[in-house]
Amino acid sequence: MSATTTPASQKSRRPTAWQLLMNNRLAAAGFYIIAALVVLVVAAPILPIDNPDTIDLAGRLQPILSDGHLLGTDHLGRDILARLIWGSRVSLAVGLSASLIAAFFGSLIGLVAGYAGGRADNIMMRGIDMLMAFPYILLALAIVAVLGPGLMNALYAIAVVNIPFFARNIRGITVGLAHREFVDAARLSGKSHTSIVLTEILPNVLPIIVITMSTTVGWMILETAGLSFLGLGAQPPQADLGSMLGEGRSLLFTAPSVSIIPGVMVFIIVMSINLLGDGVRDALDPRLRAGALNRPLPVTRIDRADRSETSAAGKGAALSVENLQTGFESTQGTMPAVKGISFAVQKGECLGLIGESGSGKSVTALSLLGLVASPPGVITGGSVAIDGRDIFSMHDTEIASYRGSRVAYIFQDPLTTLHPLFTVGEQVAEAVRAHQQVSRNEAHAKAVALLDTVRIPDPAKRAAAYPHELSGGQRQRVGIAMALANDPDIIIADEPTTALDVTVQAEILRLLQALRQERGLALLFITHDFGVVAEICDRVAVMRHGEIVETGKTADILGNPQHPYTQRLIACVPRLGQGKAFLEGLRQLPKVEGV
Amino acid sequence: MMHEPNAIAVTGLTKTFGGKRRLFGGTSHVVHAVKNVTLALRQGETLAIVGESGSGKSTLARMVVGLETPTSGQMQIAGKDAGTLAKEGPRAFGQMIQYVFQDPTSSLNPRKTIGATLEAPLRLLKGFDPARRRTRMKELLDAVQMPADTLERYPHEFSGGQAQRIAIARALAAAPRIMVLDEPVSALDVSVQAQVLLLLEDLKTEFDLSYLFISHDLAVVESVCDRVAVMYFGEVVEEGPAEALFKSPRHDYTKRLISSAPLLETGRASKQNMP
Repeated sequence: MSATTTPASQKSRRPTAWQLLMNNRLAAAGFYIIAALVVLVVAAPILPIDNPDTIDLAGRLQPILSDGHLLGTDHLGRDILARLIWGSRVSLAVGLSASLIAAFFGSLIGLVAGYAGGRADNIMMRGIDMLMAFPYILLALAIVAVLGPGLMNALYAIAVVNIPFFARNIRGITVGLAHREFVDAARLSGKSHTSIVLTEILPNVLPIIVITMSTTVGWMILETAGLSFLGLGAQPPQADLGSMLGEGRSLLFTAPSVSIIPGVMVFIIVMSINLLGDGVRDALDPRLRAGALNRPLPVTRIDRADRSETSAAGKGAALSVENLQTGFESTQGTMPAVKGISFAVQKGECLGLIGESGSGKSVTALSLLGLVASPPGVITGGSVAIDGRDIFSMHDTEIASYRGSRVAYIFQDPLTTLHPLFTVGEQVAEAVRAHQQVSRNEAHAKAVALLDTVRIPDPAKRAAAYPHELSGGQRQRVGIAMALANDPDIIIADEPTTALDVTVQAEILRLLQALRQERGLALLFITHDFGVVAEICDRVAVMRHGEIVETGKTADILGNPQHPYTQRLIACVPRLGQGKAFLEGLRQLPKVEGV
Repeated sequence: MMHEPNAIAVTGLTKTFGGKRRLFGGTSHVVHAVKNVTLALRQGETLAIVGESGSGKSTLARMVVGLETPTSGQMQIAGKDAGTLAKEGPRAFGQMIQYVFQDPTSSLNPRKTIGATLEAPLRLLKGFDPARRRTRMKELLDAVQMPADTLERYPHEFSGGQAQRIAIARALAAAPRIMVLDEPVSALDVSVQAQVLLLLEDLKTEFDLSYLFISHDLAVVESVCDRVAVMYFGEVVEEGPAEALFKSPRHDYTKRLISSAPLLETGRASKQNMP
């Protein structure tokens, strides 16, 4: 079982969230600016600056860099630098506390609504919807109008206005988590609902709360400034970036610095917080961390050290693979996934590629036409020849022209490979039109004919069905129809029956077998199931750790395996009719640690 | 046999989803997930429930452990009425019967250490003090053949087979007499599956457990189970001792199920002989 386990002792070498954040230059810049500002405003009481509220009418509207007033004075002769620092202090404090309050109540509502579901969810979320129905600033204005102007009231107003944003975000995540198995498991461990929400679900939504907060703080500071600008937030003489802007507005032409300086400050604060916030989101969001933002190249990057020529045996084969090597780039160099494997599939033959998870069988399948996502995938050596022509020496567009026409793929779960918003007929027709110059009607007629080929009853009517209206077996038949659309010579089927029930699996295998014989297809069948291999494959290659350990005729490999790994693997497959003798047989096997 | 009550006895159990009145008139779509099922799991035996996806076998299992409430019907766990047990609170349920999920990695909270996950049932269901919890956790890990440093690790550091061992350890923590195993090996590679099956068999003898074993894999079922019940569209269509049922299935669906199972020894002699 050494083949199937990643040693637990091997710690993941992924960069930490902090390293990721600091690698992002913009986010790091945002972080340092905001950190410097925070230090500055926290230290405001001990800095050698004037009292921000001291009025000196004799020295009013002094320009920038005047003596004793680095940034000049405003219309009442108050030092702008002092007011700027104290004002930023107020703005930052209000923005942060408003977003903490909004995050707390919003997340609480979201968690409870998402976990409780049903009626409670409905009532709470409709309440949130009502809050959202009012224009943002109008609602804040209305709240301040009721409570009266003042900094604290502005803070409440902004917090309330932002609660729906958190509530909806967190509810969405919670709904998904509430039905996960670990939540059920916690219930069976005797945990109460409150304890489940706080100790099981909250730790999982916390990153989302942090992300949402980091992206809203800047917006909240702007809103505070907006309300103060209108005279509803900070009241004179208290300094606040918004009120400074408001006071300077009337002097825009005579003394532009009075309003431009706080304006620039608002810009710097919000900009750096947003840059930092985006960085935090990118670092914490697991989907983005996995590289979802990377746009993969049209063809896997090919960087071959050696280009093994197709061997004599491979000549004339429909598909011939020679010393193929594929790896994944990481910060520690390229990790090999497929380590130099060779095989050939003749016309009309079915080769089974069998292995356990992590053996590299799917990467092999995707490498054949350069479909491994790149970055991080890279083909580091070997060659793949289809009808004697080396695929990796071709131009990108030529490789793309092979996909779906000469070589077609069938994937494991047709529900994820079919588009949910198009009818299956349209999708099969699209596969036809991708490689053939035919009219829409002809393509549709061909699609119906293909659906008939894969034994879908009443194909003309079923063509108008959406994927979710079909059963799993029928969806896989549609997947096969799409693969057949352009009369391919080679079909690569990656675990095509794994998601199906046994009775349906048997039907699909029969269909594939019949199609193969009718059309003389070369079939590369990837699976982990020896039973399926026995049903359909002529020859089988056993993969382990990115290498082929044994190849041969199916009956030979299954009946008389030579390699110890194959022997052990086959011994681990229970057979019908064996009964309890199976477990006794397992006990006889030599022990292997680490499973 | 008669002196000990059945581990699980369900009579006329039915579960219907949907059918509720909507806010704006009409009723939602009704799904009959489980229809009038009567079954008994004897103390110390392994009863398998086989069937296809959507046949209601998981819903049945979830009702038995109290994760779903039956629409109608009777359930007795170790001789006690499930309704009465449910009133005593989820803890009473958890001490009697535990559940092992299909997907081991998603049944462990990704953000909690294994120690924190294993501790919950010991603290809440058994009421152990911290020192006793610590020793018991070590014993449990021993029982499922995992190293003691497992406790400080997080779920993503383990392979599927290891995670399933941990999930089994958690189920054992409450020292239940009955375990419901919902496809416990179908997400695992064959070699790992074999190891977990052996482990389950050993634990059964060691802790005197009764298993309700849900699976779609007939060969696996045959190797571990005493009796088999076949479910089809929410109903039990056939039930009997494993050996007899596989040898001479009576119901059409069971026959189809058995003939569809891929066999290693189909030989495919005819094919090999072709030029």
